[in-house]
Amino acid sequence: MKKSMIAYPYLVWMIIFILVPLLLIVFYGFTKTTDQGIVFTLDHFKRFFEPIYIMVLLRSLYLALICTVICLLLGYPLSLILASKEYRHKRVLVLLVVIPMWMNFLLRTYAWLTLLEKNGVINTFISFFGLPKMELLYNQGAVVLGMVYNFLPFMVLPIYSVLIKIDKSIIEAAEDLGADSKTIFGKIILPLSLPGIVSGITMVYMPAVTTFVISRLLGGGQFTLIGNLIEQQFVYTGEWGFGSALSIVMMILILFSMAIMSRYEKEREGGGLF
Amino acid sequence: MSYEIINLIDISKTFDDTPVLENINLNIRRNEFLTLLGPSGCGKTTTLRIIGGFEEPTRGKVLFEGEDITHLPPYKRKLNTVFQKYALFPHMDVFDNIAFGLKIRKMDKELVEEKVKNMLNLVNMRGFENRSVESLSGGQQQRVAIARALVNEPDVLLLDEPLGALDLKLRKGMQIELKNIQQKLGITFVYVTHDQEEALTMSDTIVVMNDGIIQQIGSPIDIYNEPKNAFVADFIGESNIVDGAMIEDYLVDFAGHRFKCLDRGFAPNEEVDVVVRPEDIKLVSRGQGMLEGRVVSVIFKGVHYEMMVESNGVRWIVHSTLMEPEDTVVGINILPDDIHIMKKMRVK
Repeated sequence: MKKSMIAYPYLVWMIIFILVPLLLIVFYGFTKTTDQGIVFTLDHFKRFFEPIYIMVLLRSLYLALICTVICLLLGYPLSLILASKEYRHKRVLVLLVVIPMWMNFLLRTYAWLTLLEKNGVINTFISFFGLPKMELLYNQGAVVLGMVYNFLPFMVLPIYSVLIKIDKSIIEAAEDLGADSKTIFGKIILPLSLPGIVSGITMVYMPAVTTFVISRLLGGGQFTLIGNLIEQQFVYTGEWGFGSALSIVMMILILFSMAIMSRYEKEREGGGLF
Repeated sequence: MSYEIINLIDISKTFDDTPVLENINLNIRRNEFLTLLGPSGCGKTTTLRIIGGFEEPTRGKVLFEGEDITHLPPYKRKLNTVFQKYALFPHMDVFDNIAFGLKIRKMDKELVEEKVKNMLNLVNMRGFENRSVESLSGGQQQRVAIARALVNEPDVLLLDEPLGALDLKLRKGMQIELKNIQQKLGITFVYVTHDQEEALTMSDTIVVMNDGIIQQIGSPIDIYNEPKNAFVADFIGESNIVDGAMIEDYLVDFAGHRFKCLDRGFAPNEEVDVVVRPEDIKLVSRGQGMLEGRVVSVIFKGVHYEMMVESNGVRWIVHSTLMEPEDTVVGINILPDDIHIMKKMRVK
């Protein structure tokens, strides 16, 4: 038996579950049903350029960007601590970062609902001290919070895995050559962890742009993101053509940013998850 | 300026209650090539790391030009290190690696370029400035590591088994080159190795260590010819070590025979270790030797043959350029000059 034959099941799998759906999306995106039957059209894409939809796209990109920046600002120091000499051998701490990912994504997001609700845990706690209740849910802050909470591990893990691989003797060598801890960080640790940062950004930004569950639950439907828009077309309005067109635009955007990211990453072979 | 540049005073080090170094006293002289030699786990690398500032001793002091530097961080010490696995910065090219220390000291850009160029010349790496370090061979990386340390003009260069990863031929070449560099620049080298031949080739002073204790300090010739105890004798070159007893001054009994020797000052009938180098044993025709033995095995070693000769239950390793075939019965002669008597090491 030739080795390549082992690949056939995977090939079949990929054709059925990846290639065919993709082709279907392209088909729906570029066609519409008229009296004359199914005809080629660019109407769906034209519709996308209406200001209201462009706004949705921009909002998605903007919120995802904020989420990514916060994840990086929180995640990098956390990774540094986890990879430091003192905690290097305490794998439990890394596990604590990973464990939330074992729980269902929806469940985790619902948990925030009970925390942030008008009569939720936080507001009850605050009113206990006689402070006025706050509107914690259904605003941009809540959406970003949900994204950061859900995607932070995807920032921490790639950075951590790169940091932990940096040879201790390289840092000693820098110290030996006269570098204090600030210089060591700026000239050695940060540049060497760049591949991890790039992977982390990619892994947070992509799902953050396309999420629709978080914005629906925590944003209360007031913050329509591109993911919600696509969901609406397929589930509620039944406009598969427009939904497909939106999906294609998203895919092109993601491919584009992946290409830019991978160009940075290729400059140095390194860890990271890609 | 004092004659000694580094003094280790009563240094002890324990890792998690395991003693690694015990009462190390060592004076390193200016401009000498000093080698810390011993088997792995003997504490030689820890000693070097204490000098470099990467470990702090549990007890004791490190003096540098008379000043206490025991608790000074590495980046404030006037010495540089060549690490075992080179530890080059993988994200920088050769030039930036070598210039790293100079740039930190905010040295003038043109001066940096000149110094890096001179260093590359010194280590025979002319024109490699813009190569990435990952594209270099092991030997070339080693040269860059040496240049990166030397460009800072340290008073002392610490080297932690720098040639360990190179093949035999390259290692031999680098040994001579390193020795030349050390003599040319006139700086102190503290060199760590487990390779006794390397130590003998390069050093002015050899410090033999075992189990965290200094066994002997001396010149290569002293250490080879006058090992202080059976460990040193065994570690430096091959040795036959047999149990013996001093009958009286200048007379020792071992392997069922009484030999004349040059040692005295032992108690009558004191038990001693007798050390004889394999090349000092002379094989003669049957009946003409002090001992009689049978050749058990013969191995060709290139320049010489290594023969195992059994006599009265003792197996002697003999090196000779003349081969005696297996199963031959031969005579064994050992001259008084070649018999080294050592006090029995206290068994640990």
